[in-house]
Amino acid sequence: MSNIFTSSIGKKLMMSLAGLFLLAFLLLHLAINITLILYKDTETFNRAATFMGTNPVIKVMEVILFGGFLLHMVYGAVLQVGNLMARPKGYKKANYSQTSFFSKYMLHTALIITIFLVLHLFDFWVKNKFLGSVHEITYADGETYHNLGALVLERFKIGWVVVVYVVLLLGLGFHLHHGFQSAFQTLGINHKSYTPVIKTLGVLYSVVVTTGYISIPVYIYFFK
Amino acid sequence: MSLLRYRSEIIKFKEMNFTLKIWRQENARAKGRFETYQLQDISPDCSFLEMLDILNQQLIDKFEKPVCFDHDCREGICGACGLYINGRPHGPDKGITTCQLHMRKFKDGDTIVVEPWRAKPFPVIKDLVVDRSAFDKIIQAGGFISVNTGGVPDANTIPVPRKNADIAMDAAACIGCGACVAACKNASAMLFVAAKVSQFAMLPQGQVEAKERVLKMVQKMDELGFGNCTNTGACEAECPKEISLSHIARMNREYFSATFNA
Ligand code: HEM
Ligand code: FES
Repeated sequence: MSNIFTSSIGKKLMMSLAGLFLLAFLLLHLAINITLILYKDTETFNRAATFMGTNPVIKVMEVILFGGFLLHMVYGAVLQVGNLMARPKGYKKANYSQTSFFSKYMLHTALIITIFLVLHLFDFWVKNKFLGSVHEITYADGETYHNLGALVLERFKIGWVVVVYVVLLLGLGFHLHHGFQSAFQTLGINHKSYTPVIKTLGVLYSVVVTTGYISIPVYIYFFK
Repeated sequence: MSLLRYRSEIIKFKEMNFTLKIWRQENARAKGRFETYQLQDISPDCSFLEMLDILNQQLIDKFEKPVCFDHDCREGICGACGLYINGRPHGPDKGITTCQLHMRKFKDGDTIVVEPWRAKPFPVIKDLVVDRSAFDKIIQAGGFISVNTGGVPDANTIPVPRKNADIAMDAAACIGCGACVAACKNASAMLFVAAKVSQFAMLPQGQVEAKERVLKMVQKMDELGFGNCTNTGACEAECPKEISLSHIARMNREYFSATFNA
């Protein structure tokens, strides 16, 4: 059993499970964020964001989420170091084999996502949780919420912030494009008729999620 | 066929000239370097290895050391030949070994870069020859069955579903040439090991040692320093026997079931 933490296939299993969990998280996160541009004001978003920040079940999930990121990143790094060591001397002529394009750049897009994570967490999560830079707002029912929505709107009125977000999110999209179907293959799910469906779903997922996320800063910048 | 057409066919098969950039390395410890050779009047119907034979004859005539390369059957069944040609294991064609590659796949005047397989578990012995005994060690770790299957008629009395027999046969087509490792950006041997696990996993004779086999072979693969699969698929694209990635998924399933149903 311990081989599941140390062997190549075991480490890949951990990575793919963590990856699938992160894929699910991205959907939920998008569903909440998109309310910022679907609704006229930020009330829905603030209520949802506060729920996510205070509900005890979600608080446990938050720890699991950080764990998932850490597991995915640490195993990714460990596997990658192994891969680099497996070919100490490279080729003169670059590889010309036909492969899925995005799969070649998983490491690069992983670094982009890591940069994004740091920026993004500092931008909203740290400011809200630790720096107290978020004002409060009281709604008609008398309840008071952190006006995180206002902070987001303010941030995405700055041109370069929007550009940085869009570029980094594209990196995320490329990662998801290969990652989605790769996770199923790693789990041993490969079937003559279902694998093409999984691949199509992966393309759909990556395109929808990436455009979804990108549309938020872009829409806010131009129309809010 | 009209005479005119016939003539044009002949003219099309004009002889070709190439510039070769070949990796030369005295021995396992030597540093190695690329040497450039000009080769003239090569028939387009010449195989890649025959082309190297011609080059070597010319080198010998000049009292120079010939280029070492591995080969045996020269008909795509032994897996001995394996050269990384212009960025692709076994060169610019699909589903073939280096010995099955013909010079007509190149253009007259092309520069062809020839390198040995590059992977830590495949050290270069001399020039283009690498030591692939790492594959033998993986087979020794579990790529066999120790049940007695008896003679041919006995084997036929064990019913095997047609579909399973086909999958096992496809996996068994692997000739262990190492192109999968050479092509993989991570120098992973997963396709090779998966083929060897799959060919037994699909047959009743392979069930007895199934759990042990996959665990031991993967352990040996890791131990020898091969990289980790990222499902990129370069192996499948370059495999001379076109072994499918689905075998890697099957090996993963075998591995998980051996681990969790221990
Ligand atoms: C929300 C963020 C992320 C999601 C949804 C995600 C998703 C995935 C998925 C599903 C896979 C395929 C797993 C497999 O085949 O076993 C994968 C692979 C990988 N991820 Fe991520 N990932 C994310 C962030 C990151 C980060 C921050 C890193 C940085 C260290 C990273 C590094 C990698 C690496 C190195 C691979 C392996 C490459 C490969 O298998 O081709 N990922 N990711
Ligand atoms: S020499 Fe046997 S496969 Fe090429």
